Amino acid sequence: MYFLNELKEGLSISFNALRANRMRSVLTTLGIIIGIVSVTLMATAIEGVNRKFNESANAFGTGVLYIQKFPWVGNEDWATIRNRRNIEVAHATKLERRATLVDAVAPAVGTRRQVVYGNNTMDFVIITGTTHSYMFASGGAIAEGRFFSAEESAGGRPVCAIGAEVAETLFPQEDPIGKTIRVAGHPFTVVGVFEKQGGMFSEFTSDLRVFIPLHAFQSKFGGRRNVTIQVRVANLQQMEDAKIELEGIMRSIRGLMPGKENDFNINQQEVLTNFFTPILLIIASIGLFITGLSLFVGGIGIMNIMFVSVTERTREIGIRKALGAPRRTILLQFLVESAALCLIGGIIGLVISFPLSLIVDQILPTAMPVSVVAIAILISLMVGVISGFLPAYRAAKMDPVEALRYE
Amino acid sequence: MNVIELKNIVKTYDMGVAQQVQALRGVDLSIGKNEYVAIMGPSGSGKSTLMNVIGCLDTPTSGSYHFNGVSVGDMDDNALARIRNKEIGFVFQTFNLLGRSDSLHNVELPLIYAGVPSGERRRRAKETLEHVGLGDRTHHKPNELSGGQRQRVAVARALVTRPSIILADEPTGNLDTKTGEEIMRLIEDLHRQGNTIILVTHEADIAEHAHRVVRLRDGLIETDEKVNKRKTYSAVS
Repeated sequence: MYFLNELKEGLSISFNALRANRMRSVLTTLGIIIGIVSVTLMATAIEGVNRKFNESANAFGTGVLYIQKFPWVGNEDWATIRNRRNIEVAHATKLERRATLVDAVAPAVGTRRQVVYGNNTMDFVIITGTTHSYMFASGGAIAEGRFFSAEESAGGRPVCAIGAEVAETLFPQEDPIGKTIRVAGHPFTVVGVFEKQGGMFSEFTSDLRVFIPLHAFQSKFGGRRNVTIQVRVANLQQMEDAKIELEGIMRSIRGLMPGKENDFNINQQEVLTNFFTPILLIIASIGLFITGLSLFVGGIGIMNIMFVSVTERTREIGIRKALGAPRRTILLQFLVESAALCLIGGIIGLVISFPLSLIVDQILPTAMPVSVVAIAILISLMVGVISGFLPAYRAAKMDPVEALRYE
Repeated sequence: MNVIELKNIVKTYDMGVAQQVQALRGVDLSIGKNEYVAIMGPSGSGKSTLMNVIGCLDTPTSGSYHFNGVSVGDMDDNALARIRNKEIGFVFQTFNLLGRSDSLHNVELPLIYAGVPSGERRRRAKETLEHVGLGDRTHHKPNELSGGQRQRVAVARALVTRPSIILADEPTGNLDTKTGEEIMRLIEDLHRQGNTIILVTHEADIAEHAHRVVRLRDGLIETDEKVNKRKTYSAVS
């Protein structure tokens, strides 16, 4: 009760003081406003980069393992892995028979070719030859139409499913379903269009690809190519078990003696996440540190003005002490004042940075996280209390006789 | 029991490296309940220092000070603040009101520090302002009041906690003769109502209102005498 009374008194004193020095309050608060705006915007941008990254990583599919000749990232010595044997379609067939923890296996081969429809041409499109299981062993989804069926896949029919960007380029006005495109001169009928995936790994997404049945691919573009085997693990809880099982099966299929290194890699989106997360974290820390500096400078401004305020009001402090205000009360009064100053700055900063975050959203899909709003308010309060402490302490320690004599 | 009991009070100020100034050099003084004492002396006599010691704004270098039988010398800062708040009402020469607050809030201030809830606080502050004749000035700020009215607000502020003593330091020093007389009359009324008054002044005719005059010189009490033939306003009015 007593504390609440004091707090109320402290608040009314500080608002009076802030109002009495309006210009000075505004200028001082400006430092905090700028600090909060830059920190929250930076946090929003970081949130955007994170979202973008996660979205991109999701294009690889959760629970999907990629058995490949080479690792996606890492620092294995290129000289020792460059001579690895190709992974073959036959491996996928054997793997599918023996693996128990997976529910879809799809071999995929690729080449870059020209794709034509009417007058529209697209060069260097990735032509992926795969089976109908691909839909279950990737991160892609069909937006329109369907993926090719098991029968079309087995029969090597001339059908295809195309990525979102391929569809936009070849069919700016038309519905692609049922139309026949030419892939390096060979006719393929479009049966489906993929959903747009976006993200920063556009090479890996379905956006720039044309999918055709594996048998058709082999007869048109040749069969002796390196294959990626995409595998969907049945139970996400068993990812590690599944990897161990697949590793064993692959070693046995490829006839590796015990003690010899694997001559393949099992890649998954987590590999990318694990690789990029620390980098993102460093960028985020540096960004927040630099913007945090401006908040720090704002805090110094607050401290400075609070020292001025304490000196100016020496006599008032003397009066209050003579009337029986204990040190604690004087300390609280000035802490409340500097906290109020910073809190107001923080709230104004948020009000300014919210519309700015909507502009950021246009470039990098993001939203100001609620946690950032809460943290920004908390931080501005903290800046207020910390930078107000020394001046408030000086006020609290004042000798009442000296203070009353101050002119 | 005396309200104030000073024994051999010495106050020394350090002025630079090896220089010391003895403002009080062994003062003995007892003041009883409902006394009206004037402390007089030329400037530099130590009367301000004595007032600060009595008012618990400052602690003596040596000697003992009992306030209502409690030793003040051993008190920490917070305990001193509590004594100032509850037991002492200050009236200053320069009024020392808070310029941005109205009369009511100025009078409420000591009650805030005493932890009195706001409703009661307001009621008591209003009552006290009415008591000093400023019932119609509760929402005026100091710069909207005359000097005499300001000092009345200050008196109300000193009274509102119902302190054991009222300590007035040159209360008429910044007022013209007429308003000064008004204030002295108010203080006399307060004394008649049972308050203990300590008046610090260097003006003889102000001191004449008191029942007892203590004269200081060079940090020591020179004379301490009862006044028989007092100047009273009540006889006139």
